[in-house]
Amino acid sequence: MQIPKIPLGEGIEYIINFLVDHCAFATKAMSVGLEAGLDVLEDGMLLIPPYIFIPVAAALAWYLSKSKRTGLLTLFGLLLIWNIGLWKATVSTIALVLIATLIAIIIGVPLGIGAAMSRHMHKTVMPILDVMQTMPAFVYLIPAIPFFGLGKVAAIFSTVIFAMPPAIRLTCLGIKQVPGELTECAEAFGSNRWQRLFKLELPLATPTIMAGVNQTVMLALSMVVIAAMIGAKGLGGEVWKAIQRLQMGNGFEAGIGIVIVAMILDRVLQRIGKRKTETR
Amino acid sequence: MSKIVVENLYKIFGPTPDKAMRMLSSGATKADIMEKTKHGVGVNNVSFSVEEGELVVVMGLSGSGKSTLVRCINRLIEPTAGSVFIDGTNVTKLDAGGLRKLRQEKLGMVFQNFALFPHRTVAQNAEYGLEIAGVPADIRRKKAIQALEVVGLSGWEDQLPAQLSGGMQQRVGLARALALDPDILLMDEAFSALDPLIRRDMQDELINLQQQMHKTIVFISHDLDEALKLGDRIVLMKDGEIIQVGTPEDILTSPADDYVARFVENADISQVLTAESVMKKSEAAAFLKTDGPRAALRKMRTNAIYRLFALDEEHRVVGVLSADGCRDLLTQGEKDLRKAMIPDPITVTPETPANELIQIIHDLPYPLAVVNEDKKLKGVIVRGMLLAALAEGGNIDADS
Repeated sequence: MQIPKIPLGEGIEYIINFLVDHCAFATKAMSVGLEAGLDVLEDGMLLIPPYIFIPVAAALAWYLSKSKRTGLLTLFGLLLIWNIGLWKATVSTIALVLIATLIAIIIGVPLGIGAAMSRHMHKTVMPILDVMQTMPAFVYLIPAIPFFGLGKVAAIFSTVIFAMPPAIRLTCLGIKQVPGELTECAEAFGSNRWQRLFKLELPLATPTIMAGVNQTVMLALSMVVIAAMIGAKGLGGEVWKAIQRLQMGNGFEAGIGIVIVAMILDRVLQRIGKRKTETR
Repeated sequence: MSKIVVENLYKIFGPTPDKAMRMLSSGATKADIMEKTKHGVGVNNVSFSVEEGELVVVMGLSGSGKSTLVRCINRLIEPTAGSVFIDGTNVTKLDAGGLRKLRQEKLGMVFQNFALFPHRTVAQNAEYGLEIAGVPADIRRKKAIQALEVVGLSGWEDQLPAQLSGGMQQRVGLARALALDPDILLMDEAFSALDPLIRRDMQDELINLQQQMHKTIVFISHDLDEALKLGDRIVLMKDGEIIQVGTPEDILTSPADDYVARFVENADISQVLTAESVMKKSEAAAFLKTDGPRAALRKMRTNAIYRLFALDEEHRVVGVLSADGCRDLLTQGEKDLRKAMIPDPITVTPETPANELIQIIHDLPYPLAVVNEDKKLKGVIVRGMLLAALAEGGNIDADS
């Protein structure tokens, strides 16, 4: 006798189809708006000629990271990208990463705070995060399409889901790491929960939260590349094109471009996180 | 009315304290309950009160429930049963808002490991309580700076706590509590994390401050010397219960049970100290032959004392004079000090051991005169000096 297959896939498909039928009009509308915003950002960034953009970005990186080396890395890295003709793709990727990270932080940090403050929320959120982090990133691409259509917004959606967990986890961790003595002291002086959060826990958790933001940015960058498969252009798009046409040289050029962007973002964000710790 | 009243207070740690409570009331011990229900008994039927302006030291070894007890007073730990009254208000019945208000207005707390906020400067730490209470920025800054001045930290306002030594950090902790100008200070092993020399300085300073401030203080300590030195009264705890409540003399002279006796024995160097080592030598005295009430009063004033021993022609101790007595003589126009003198005061020889002195001095309304075999005055002992010497002596012994 044969045990019948549990219709797990069918069930999930049913649920997603149901959601698509009833929500897609809203998400599609959102998609149009978001895409327009993204285009404005991207076009705006492209409006600035690279010979102005690159030195300004390098100076900004130098200023933010307080490190000459990071400044030089930014300068020469971006010059190289411009030189090999990947400027437009890079700007598009950076715009996608910025928007996706921003959304991930706007959703993730409050969720992390919630998970730190409420045990029920912690119990609910953490297993979901486990699933989100272990599920292969490609899987998120599939439902993104019916909700948002092919293109950048679908890419942002799957990127946000993929990149958000560290922001949630490390925010929660940062708050929970505040020594019990200090929270007890805040209580003893009559602080309410919000005063405790804003005057004690968040300031002390900032370095940890920044580490989470850094990871979110890195994950967003890697996902933006994968999301090229559903029509996010940019550097990932170049890689994807190279794969399909077996153009090794082009593939590596785009790959190096991604590495450069990743290094710049990582160095700058790490220094910001560190500086926060030092002044504390 | 007492400032703080604690009535039949219980704290049981664990998910279902009811069962442990029933076992306690049927006479089970802390160890029994731990074994059978896995519930910890933190505080077991504790009742005591603290008067306004009094410094009460709650003393016990670690695990005796003293830190739990002090946290039950401001409900950092929720008591399982019993009541705590502050100024007649039942703290255990307050809602969250009322409790916060009480903490902001009346309760300052100082912690063992300072618990300073590392991201805030010294001044910002000191003004934390006021900030929480919604005091405007300029006023709370002023109060914080005043409080820092009181604890001797002027000029350190803009440093971060990590840049300060342990002793200075605890001064910030004290300033943070004082800035609120609370009626009550709860000090949880406030000086235990400091090294012995700094600890003694801080104790002296607390005594000085207390003479000016007259706060109601509950001070937690595991150190008998500290308790003897600071406490107006001492509450001795063991296994969550109160073993003895009394003045330092009570504890030293009549320990309630073996446990207290052993505690006292450990720190007790009263055997080694004698009247000679404790007494103050250059004490002024009135000479009956030459001095009148005016001269006696002047001597008291210049030495900042209220009682003076009266000596006859051979410099033998024959009586004690009080400031009030001398003033009465002055108003009556009397010249003879003998009229106001308490004759034949109790005296001891320089060799008398300190443990006997404690018993003698306990209820003595005047200082104790130390005389040699010819009844000539060698020195004077007052109660505070004796206790300080016992406490300090213990430290010196322990250090060497």
